[in-house]
Parts: sequence; structure tokens; C-alpha cells
Amino acid sequence: MSSVNAAHSVVEPTPTSKRIAGAIVILYALVTMIPLAWIFLTSIKSPPDSISYPPKIVFSPTLEGYCNLFTTRTRQTPDYIQSLPPPTGTCDEITRSRNMVIAGPSNYWPRFGNSLVIAFGSTFLAVLLGTFAAYGFSRFRVPLADDLLFFILSTRMMPPIAVAIPIYLMYRQFGLSDTALGMILLYTAVNVSLAVWLLKGFIDEIPREYEEAAMIDGYTRLQAFWKVVLPQATTGIAATAIFCLIFAWNEYAFAVLLTSGSAQTAPSFIPTIIGEGGQDWPAVAAGTTIFLMPILVFTIILRKQLLRGITFGAVRK
Amino acid sequence: MAEVILHGIAKTFGDAAAVDDLSLTIKDGEFVVLLGPTGAGKTTTLRLIAGLERPDKGRVTIAGADVGRQSPAERDIAFVFQQYSLYPHLSVYDNLAFPLRSPARRLSSDEVDHRVREVARMVRIDHKLENRSTRLSGGEMQRVAIGRALVRRPAIYLMDEPLSSLDAKLRAELRLELKRIQKDLNSTLLYVTHDQVEAMTMADRIGILSEGRLIQVGTPREIYADPANLHVAARLGQPHINLLPVDLLPGASAPTGARTVGARTEHLEIATAGAANAEVDWIEHLGDQNHLHIRVEGHKIVTLADPYLSVKPGDRVSLTLKQPLYFGTDGERLR
Repeated sequence: MSSVNAAHSVVEPTPTSKRIAGAIVILYALVTMIPLAWIFLTSIKSPPDSISYPPKIVFSPTLEGYCNLFTTRTRQTPDYIQSLPPPTGTCDEITRSRNMVIAGPSNYWPRFGNSLVIAFGSTFLAVLLGTFAAYGFSRFRVPLADDLLFFILSTRMMPPIAVAIPIYLMYRQFGLSDTALGMILLYTAVNVSLAVWLLKGFIDEIPREYEEAAMIDGYTRLQAFWKVVLPQATTGIAATAIFCLIFAWNEYAFAVLLTSGSAQTAPSFIPTIIGEGGQDWPAVAAGTTIFLMPILVFTIILRKQLLRGITFGAVRK
Repeated sequence: MAEVILHGIAKTFGDAAAVDDLSLTIKDGEFVVLLGPTGAGKTTTLRLIAGLERPDKGRVTIAGADVGRQSPAERDIAFVFQQYSLYPHLSVYDNLAFPLRSPARRLSSDEVDHRVREVARMVRIDHKLENRSTRLSGGEMQRVAIGRALVRRPAIYLMDEPLSSLDAKLRAELRLELKRIQKDLNSTLLYVTHDQVEAMTMADRIGILSEGRLIQVGTPREIYADPANLHVAARLGQPHINLLPVDLLPGASAPTGARTVGARTEHLEIATAGAANAEVDWIEHLGDQNHLHIRVEGHKIVTLADPYLSVKPGDRVSLTLKQPLYFGTDGERLR
């Protein structure tokens, strides 16, 4: 309904109660955003500022964290640094001021790429399998359907890490350790149960009559599924995809256990960033800030579907 | 267009027989209405013809060919559902074009466009072709739904209470339009409803369904004037037919074995003069006519009366039967 009635109605909130509700939401949003702000601010602090106590609110920002995140550096004598040609960029300059020179790129971007491939790959697979399975459970008389659905759900009844050791041994046996394929399969397996259950709810809400009409109109079931069911399930698919993606993107425990080299994901790489004399906190914060971006973008793109998706069932159409 | 024949079809869901040994011939170009209450098996019958359900027994033939093994797409039928009739993610135009763009047909886009616009004019929706289908009123939606069936020229149109979700005025309008279109196209149509007015006004023949069985088939006139049993008599007529003991009112000449008299308005004669045997209980004024509620020895009778008949609640009147319908103990009609 777009029309707004000027008269006060019982079900319509009053302007005052709307303002109070708004204030509470804003306050809550601010509280939840403090850690994010902290991470971002740390990423543009110098290493001494990042660990000063009490924490510095006012400081001179620097890109040192980002430089350290993207590069590996070696320490040199001041004399050697003096003898070099003038610095070629900001990072070069910052590094030299610390009596170091850039030795090469760090592993951050390759690890970030691994994360992209693994998270989006497993999300795609989980949603694809989940959609077909949910459609099957929703539309066909599947023998033991309730038991199968419970079985699918039961895979989520323990923390996935509880099966870490069998999976570790299995992966070593099959050569899936430290491979992107292995991680995609693992995250898909964890997510597919969530996808089936969420999507079954959405597909149950789509009346069968639509497909039946399409099948009478000259389409096969698969074509009807493609042309009629999928377009109406986009909300559910988007919501499911975001949940799956967030899990796969953020997963840490399995990533640490099963990846170390070529398939290492960003969450297991970021904590390994070490500076001189301990953690390089600005670099860690910089890595985390960049790491948050894909989910942010993905969520913003799908936020309309997500909102409707999370409240599904509460409001019909 | 083609003749459609049901040969003794039956369908059971769990323990409940939805359709039980139903045989019916729908002739080429005929408008047949199946009339029955909720749960009588009307929708199941349509779904069996459409191929959305498989009969447990019996055969369906369309244009002489047994369609038992054919998918819904192969059967050359069009179906109008009671609700959820339009694809919500498509425009009106795309909804109408949907059947024509199916892989089974693959018409050229010029041909599709031509047919869509022609049908849109026919169902008077051509001014809203670009609208999203969810932006239409209920009447417009059902017009598009009917239009989506009409863009094709199938062997038979199957319609499952397409007007039931509309308000009374729209229903009356669309009823006329649908009948006009069916006549213009000379199409074969099987229409399912629980609304006796729709059945009476549109049908060439009516089939009365009860508990999955087809009880009587005939023209609206036959079904109304010559019902086969109590059930059929009770389905038609407004107000409802009055069912009375045989010896309650004078004027009956009951055949032997008759137990119940069925008296509609035309079977009752009311006189304010003469020996009174009934009392006026209540009068409902409908404007052009009155519903008279009359009490006879504890039995209530409802009949139509001229609004100028000068009676008021409490008046004593004389009530006489005039060639009513007689039913035996089993509910079958006695002639």
C-alpha cells in the first residue's frame, strides 16, 4: 500500500512511537557497527598507534597497514637505502622510512581469490542442489520424504567441526586436502541442508496451479520449472544464497585445518600476517576490511530480496 | 474443436472416491456444465481430462483418440483455474502469449502478436496489455485467464469455477461474455461450478454430480422441470424446493409408494380466501418479488410471491399443490 491515510488509525503507529522506534534502531545499528569502525580505523593507523593504550581516537592516518598487507619486506641498513634511486610510490616511501625495502607481493590477493572461488562456487552448488531437491520434496510424493528431510536437517545438529578429524583423514586419503575443489565440496555439503529447508518453504508457497497451467499450455515439467517456478522463487533463492555465502566466506575452522598453501582462504591467511615483533595489527585490520567488502556488495545488491526473504511466511505476497 | 468422451472413469484419493464410474460425452461445439457441491468430484473430473491426474479406471478420448498415455501438453486442451490463474511475474501481454510461445508450438512473433491482440479485444483487456498481471482487478484477471485459454484453439476448454472469486455484478457480466464468446467460436467447453445460475444460463447441457457420481445429464430445462431424484431437484431453483410429506397439503395425486412431495413456487397456489390451512410467518422483500415464509403444521415452506399480494405476517392463507414432484422412499422420482 502506498497511500498514507492522514487520519490516525489503531493499527498505524503514531509519529512519536515511530520516532522512538527509529531512535532504537539507529542506536542498535551504531553499537553493532563499532567493531567494524574499529577494524577500519585500525587499518589506517601506524603500528604503534594501533596498540597504544588508551586507544587513540585522533591520529594521523597512514596507508602503512595496506602496504604491509600487500607486500613482503626485507630490512636493510640506512646506508643501503640511501644509495637507492628515489622511491616509486607511497608504499615504497613508507617502507623505506622503516628502514625496509619491498621484496615482493604478499599472498593476500591469491588467498582472497581462493576465498572468492570457494565461497561463490560452494554457494552456487548448494543453491542449485537445494533448489532441485526442495522442488522435488515440495511437488512429488517422495517415499519417506519426512525422514529424508529430517536426515538432511540432522547434518546441522552438531557443529560441523565435530567431524573435523574424519574429514581431515578422508581428504588426505582422496587428495582433497588443500584443494579448492575439496573446500567447495565441504562447504556445499554443510550448506545444502540449509538450502533445502529454506527453499522448500519458499517453493511450497508457490501454488502448483502455475506449473500445471504451464504444462497444459505446452511446456514440459522442466520448462515449467524454469519459466514459472524459478522466477517466483528468486526471493527465496537470493536469501538462501546470502546465508550460504556468508557461511562459506567466513568459515575459519575447516579452512585452517584443511588448507595451508595453494587453496588457503583469506580467513586462515589473515591471522598469519606477522610484522616485526609480533602481529602487524594494521595489516590484519586492512586485510579484514577488504575481506568484508564482497559480502557487503552482495548483500546490498540483493537487499530487496533479502528483506522479503527473511520475513517470508509472515506476509503473503 | 472435437468431441470428448469419458468412459467410466474413476479416481480414488486414499480411501475417498473422488470420481466414481463417470461416463459423459461432450459433443463438438457443446457447452456442458458440471454442477455439484464442494467435494462432488468436479475439479477431479477436469484434472483427469487434462491429464493432471491419472484415472484408476476408465478411459478419456479426445477426437476419438485415447489420450491415456499423453502428457497434459500433448492433449490439446486449455484449462482455466479457479484461482492463481495468471503468472504474477509476467505482464498481461506475456501471460496471453505464454501458451503460444511454448516449445510445443513455436509460432512466429508476428503470429503471436496478432493472436494476443485479437483475444485481448475479445475479452476486452486490450487497453491493459502492458500492465503487470498483479496490477489488475479480480474481474480483469479472470478475463485474462479466460483469454489465455482462448489464444489457442484446443479440442476442448476446461474451466474450473473461473468466476467464483468475483463479485455478483462482475460474475453476471462475464457469464454473458463467456457464453457469447463460446457461441462465436463454436467451441467445446466443459465448465464446472456450484452456482446453479451459471449452470442454468450458460449450459447447453448440465450434468449433476454428487459424491463422484454423475446423477443426471440434460438440458437446463429438463434438469429443472424433470429432475431424476431428490438430490437433483434440490440443486436447482431459488428459493430452494420445499420437501413435504405427501398428505400435508391438498391437491396432491400421489402415485403409490410416494413419500415426499417436492414443491417449488410454480407448484403452489396461494389464496387469501377459502379454508385456510397455513399461516404466513415472515415476508422478505426483494423488490421485484417477495419471499414468503409459510408455516403448515410445523413444516416451513418458502415460496415466491407477487409483491402486490396483500398478506402480512400472521395472516391465515389457503395453500394448494399444483402438479408437484413426487419422490419415493429412496429419493428417486416417481412419475
